[in-house]
Amino acid sequence: MNLILVFEQLLNGVQFGVMLFLMAAGLTLVFGIMNLVNLAHGSLYMVGAYLTVAAVQWTGSYPLGVLLGLLGTLVVGMLVEVVALRTLYERDHLDQVLATFGLILFFNELIAIVWGRAALYTSLPSYLQGFIEIIPGSIYPVYRALVIGVGLLVGAVLWYVVAKTRLGMLIRAGASNRTMVAALGVNIRLLYTVVFGFGAALAGLAGLMAGPIYAVQPGMGELILIQVFVVIVIGGIGSIRGALVGALIVGMVDTLGRAFLKPLLGHVISPPAADAAGPALASILIYLLMALVLAARPEGLFPAKSG
Amino acid sequence: MAEAILDARGLRKSFGALAATDGVDLDLREGETHAIIGPNGAGKTTLISQLAGNLRPDAGSIRFAGEDVTRLSAPQRAKMGFARSFQITSIYRDFTALDNVALAVQAHAGHSFRFWRPARAERALRDPARAVLEEVGLGARADVLAANLAHGEQRQLEVAMALATRPRLLLLDEPVAGMGLEESQRMVQFLAGLKGKRSIILVEHDMDAVFTLADRISVLVYGRIIASGAPTEVRANPEVRRAYLGEES
Amino acid sequence: MRARTLILAACVLLLAAMPALATLLGQPFYIDLLRRVMIFAIAAASLNLILGYGGLVSFGHAAYLGVGGYAVGILAFYGVHNGWLQWAVAIVASALVALAIGAVSVRTRGIHFIMITLAFTQMLYYLGVSVEEFGGDDGMRLKAKSRFSGLIDLDDPVAFYYLVLVLLLAVIYLVHRLVNSRFGMVLRAAKSNEARSRAIGFSPYPYQLTAFVISGALCGLAGALLANHTAYITPAFMEWTRSGEIMFMVILGGMGTVPGPALGAFALLIVEDLLAGWTQHWQIVLGPLLVLSVLFFRRGLAGLLPGGGRNG
Repeated sequence: MNLILVFEQLLNGVQFGVMLFLMAAGLTLVFGIMNLVNLAHGSLYMVGAYLTVAAVQWTGSYPLGVLLGLLGTLVVGMLVEVVALRTLYERDHLDQVLATFGLILFFNELIAIVWGRAALYTSLPSYLQGFIEIIPGSIYPVYRALVIGVGLLVGAVLWYVVAKTRLGMLIRAGASNRTMVAALGVNIRLLYTVVFGFGAALAGLAGLMAGPIYAVQPGMGELILIQVFVVIVIGGIGSIRGALVGALIVGMVDTLGRAFLKPLLGHVISPPAADAAGPALASILIYLLMALVLAARPEGLFPAKSG
Repeated sequence: MAEAILDARGLRKSFGALAATDGVDLDLREGETHAIIGPNGAGKTTLISQLAGNLRPDAGSIRFAGEDVTRLSAPQRAKMGFARSFQITSIYRDFTALDNVALAVQAHAGHSFRFWRPARAERALRDPARAVLEEVGLGARADVLAANLAHGEQRQLEVAMALATRPRLLLLDEPVAGMGLEESQRMVQFLAGLKGKRSIILVEHDMDAVFTLADRISVLVYGRIIASGAPTEVRANPEVRRAYLGEES
Repeated sequence: MRARTLILAACVLLLAAMPALATLLGQPFYIDLLRRVMIFAIAAASLNLILGYGGLVSFGHAAYLGVGGYAVGILAFYGVHNGWLQWAVAIVASALVALAIGAVSVRTRGIHFIMITLAFTQMLYYLGVSVEEFGGDDGMRLKAKSRFSGLIDLDDPVAFYYLVLVLLLAVIYLVHRLVNSRFGMVLRAAKSNEARSRAIGFSPYPYQLTAFVISGALCGLAGALLANHTAYITPAFMEWTRSGEIMFMVILGGMGTVPGPALGAFALLIVEDLLAGWTQHWQIVLGPLLVLSVLFFRRGLAGLLPGGGRNG
């Protein structure tokens, strides 16, 4: 096993982790602040991917398409919040789960009606198609490197906003005491819509970045959403730091597992057995990890302090 | 002299920078009614929660009948004979009053891994439950849904559930909270009837209730006990008057 | 109360008469349809135990349909067609899986529990997809239906129908006895007010875990039935959307009621069937319908019956 291959897979792991982080951050923000379980978060990821593909085709420009796609997802997110989700804040988690499950069915079918069920091809501009040399002797796709960069940048911005700005303070205050913040004259409804839109934009960003790498098709949101759940359980709910750590761990374990488990196993047990067991084990590795974390620390690695 | 059935020493509990319980020593003799009073925010419910096992103290120890129970959970302490009533009514709203008390009886009547026989048909559970309801004065309301009981009746139900477990120690957190004058007088009379037969720690705001029921009073202010002794002593204590009773004019 | 019992009895009689009616009308398809509905009603009844009565929002119940189904399928694959053995394995395997999953998840609450049960079911789905031996993504055909030493022939659609009907009634009755027993009362008490339960001396965890295992086992039975019904077992048995569907059946029918799950299964699957006949994009109608039902129809169908849906 050569080191270059390992390094490349490590980077892939970080790249996947970064995308999981964007999704997890949005989901955990919405849950932490509005106490809303939103299963349709994955649908916003899907909307981001599709709107961007459409916008790039329509405008012929990748940067413009990305911008439009992001804005579009933001608008869709806020629309959904105002129309469907407002009534759910007061309801219990079961109701929220069921209602957002209904939204998933709706969005998946809507996308299928407009774009069909076949996977969509997303084209990248030529300047994003090349490779760059990260360490001498090994090259890595430019696009994936960009994804990593953007993701980490967004993470830094997110941390800054939540920890250091007035908006962030309102968000944290709203999380711990809704009525108090409202009594202080802050428009809670507007705050919630903004926060939700923010979460939707994060999901949309993850979706549009995923386009060229993974399959763009109806139902893509739910596949990643469940992995995002694993991230949140491992990392701890309500904290951005937990989302980042959890996402990186899950991203690495999954990517490295898929790449190296079968050959590694082949050293220990017979190759035909490894052929069968390897991929199976690799696909469930992150869930086994989740079970381990649950057994040891049910609250996750970095749970946000309550209140 | 009666043995100390409950002995708490050096209890500390902080929430962030706030020390809700700041080094509390408290004991209860068998058959005694020991009242804890104090202004709002003094940390009375936090203290009760630690005694009952709902909160783990950061430091200190709690001994019950000589045994160390500091590490035991609430259900474990309940099995040893602790019973608690809550300041904010905490009953089974979707069950009848009788069901509520029967559940308390069931918790102490053998194991509950019985899967076939209807629990509501078990005389061994229903009869004692009915008896306790009669005792507290809710006999006629046995088949009413707990959610449909008047607030005062719900407080009575709280106490009934605590009694149904045949406890060795009762922790009552503001039993007459929110009750009207007549109701609270009836409850106080009922609790007075328990004096000497049960060991009770009573948290209360209602001074009439406290002075009628208490054998001993401890005053809790900002997580510390500033005075403890017979009711007449505490009443006369100038520090207490300043910190607490002075506000009660 | 009486009117309610009469209505429900009438429903059961109607179900029992269905095969004859369907044959009379020349529409044997209905036997198939209703049999499928009843199998899902069993799954819903098992979920009702932990969700409706226990308050555990498990989004992973489809896992046991898969475990039960694959137990039958795998045994048949290796030439074991004895129905008694197959179904026993289906039930026990489901119970063990539920025990493993429940041991780590039941301690958690609220959103954690939802996410975790969903994740574990997805894990089983991926496991099913990646094991090529048993068809992987495409699944596998059931070589032959379960055999019950001549007592009943599952290849006879009507006989199979009646077996499912009897099992459905048995499961509903079992759940009814369970929830009114001492065990059931503790479970329901823990759902109603956990702090109060702990204060009187109940530690909810052992009871909830036991209920979780029983629930999984019963759903495994439904899985074994489903495998025989479709004669084809695929990882789609364990798709997470299926978990959502079963959940909806419980809610739609009325959580924590005796007839609820069956009513819900009927309502949901028949609505789905009608919509599918109307347009291939029926999910776009179903989605908003489900949202609306959650927002405005919380008490469920059982709440419409006289006697008001109060649990029994």
